[in-house]
Amino acid sequence: MNALEVVDLTLHAGSFAVQDISLTVGEGEYFVLMGMTGSGKSLLLKAVCGLARISRGQVRLHSRDITGLEARFRNIGYVPQDGGLFPHLDVLRNILFPLTVAGTKPAAARAAVEGIVASLGLEKLLARSVAYLSGGERQKVALARALARRPELLVLDEPVCALDEPTRRDTCRELRRVQKEFGVATVHVCHSRDEAALVSDRVGVMCEGRLLEIGTLEELTTRSDHGAVQRLLNWD
Amino acid sequence: MNGPRVEEQLRVVGRRINGLSVLSSGMLVVCMLVVVGLVTADLFYLASKDLPPAAIGKLFTARSVVRAMKLSLVTSLGTLVLVTLTATPAGYALSRFRFPGRALVNALVDVPIFLPPVVVGVSLLAFFGFGLGGSIKQALSGVGISLVSWIGIVLCQYVMTMSYGIRSIKAAFDAAPRDLEHVAYTLGCSPWQAFWRVSLPLARPGVLAGCILVWARGIGVFGPLMVFVGTGPRVQVMPTMMWLELSVGNIEVSLAIALIMLVMAGTGLTAVHFLLRDRSLP
Repeated sequence: MNALEVVDLTLHAGSFAVQDISLTVGEGEYFVLMGMTGSGKSLLLKAVCGLARISRGQVRLHSRDITGLEARFRNIGYVPQDGGLFPHLDVLRNILFPLTVAGTKPAAARAAVEGIVASLGLEKLLARSVAYLSGGERQKVALARALARRPELLVLDEPVCALDEPTRRDTCRELRRVQKEFGVATVHVCHSRDEAALVSDRVGVMCEGRLLEIGTLEELTTRSDHGAVQRLLNWD
Repeated sequence: MNGPRVEEQLRVVGRRINGLSVLSSGMLVVCMLVVVGLVTADLFYLASKDLPPAAIGKLFTARSVVRAMKLSLVTSLGTLVLVTLTATPAGYALSRFRFPGRALVNALVDVPIFLPPVVVGVSLLAFFGFGLGGSIKQALSGVGISLVSWIGIVLCQYVMTMSYGIRSIKAAFDAAPRDLEHVAYTLGCSPWQAFWRVSLPLARPGVLAGCILVWARGIGVFGPLMVFVGTGPRVQVMPTMMWLELSVGNIEVSLAIALIMLVMAGTGLTAVHFLLRDRSLP
């Protein structure tokens, strides 16, 4: 069974449109969505998460139609570019946030995130204000918070683009390790081939609101005859 | 980890004393001198009257002064509650929602700020003189409630301060990123939960500062009160009493009330600065 199915999705944002997108993400698969800035990747992610209303098409999560479902009922873990941490809460409260909202008792909530915190090595940061975290730490905390609710799908919007090269590589390896550990299907947006090489099972390339091609990175790099795909995958 | 971040402790290369720093600091001193000068003038004037200490004490503790102070405090706090309850959702709506006529609503919200205060009093008289307002006034009279009471005072203060409340609270919500509400939705929050758990806490310092400014402004409302509730002993708040005492040449009592109001305003504004000293935000 596929974790995510997007069928003929179209959405408009002012004069820009994401058009006729169809893709699937398998159970436990790490899918990378690539494209230049302004190609509509983030918009597509928001549509999947329920943060952007679509004009046409369907979004299915484990075969369940979630097209009209509010974001809070979708059980999709979303990590925006800057992590989207709540500055008025410390690290632990950020991680516990989804469980607190769901009414989980504090002790049970703490126990539920223990494994995630240990896996990401966040034990020493729990009491810290998020204002004092480095870029890599912010992303780890955001990831831990997104995983706290045991999401059916993890959606990462350029999670490492603001990090320096070594941290970016480390964080990507960490993302892949954690994703495998929790076995959660993941959609990761980026525009770097190196980043995609570190994490992806398959890659989709978007350009001007359309999904041009889907395949493994190797397939797309060697066999694609799309100019835009070649430009994106071979420029660096 | 606490204390200022490394970036906040850096100093740029160049002279610390330059034309801009001298001009701006100089103007700051001038503004401070105006405030300090006013308070000093009040104190010196009272001292120049050669009143015995007991008489000066009586100026501040006279029954009428204490009654006016109590009424001012109660009504301004009542107004504060009303403004907070209405301006918080209104400010949130203006900050977050895009709708047809938003620019017009934005402008209408500011109208009471630009109106001469007496106009507000006259408009309130007109509103309760006929039609719906007249019916409300009659209904209230029927159950023994008069608008020439603390209710009328709260009404005047509310109309005069509501705009300040909405404006400050809107600015506070503008500064709280909308994206974080969206993240909260994906973490299981309903719009209400996202408001209570994310947007309001982020806007809290600005909302509280706005509330205190509303209170400080409300306690000083004078013009509309003179028109709408008059100057009877039961409706004398501090500004009304100050004006009445001044009009009969009793300047000492006026100055005593002025000093009480200055202390109250000073306390309120100190509270604003304390609340705006946010410890969690960078």
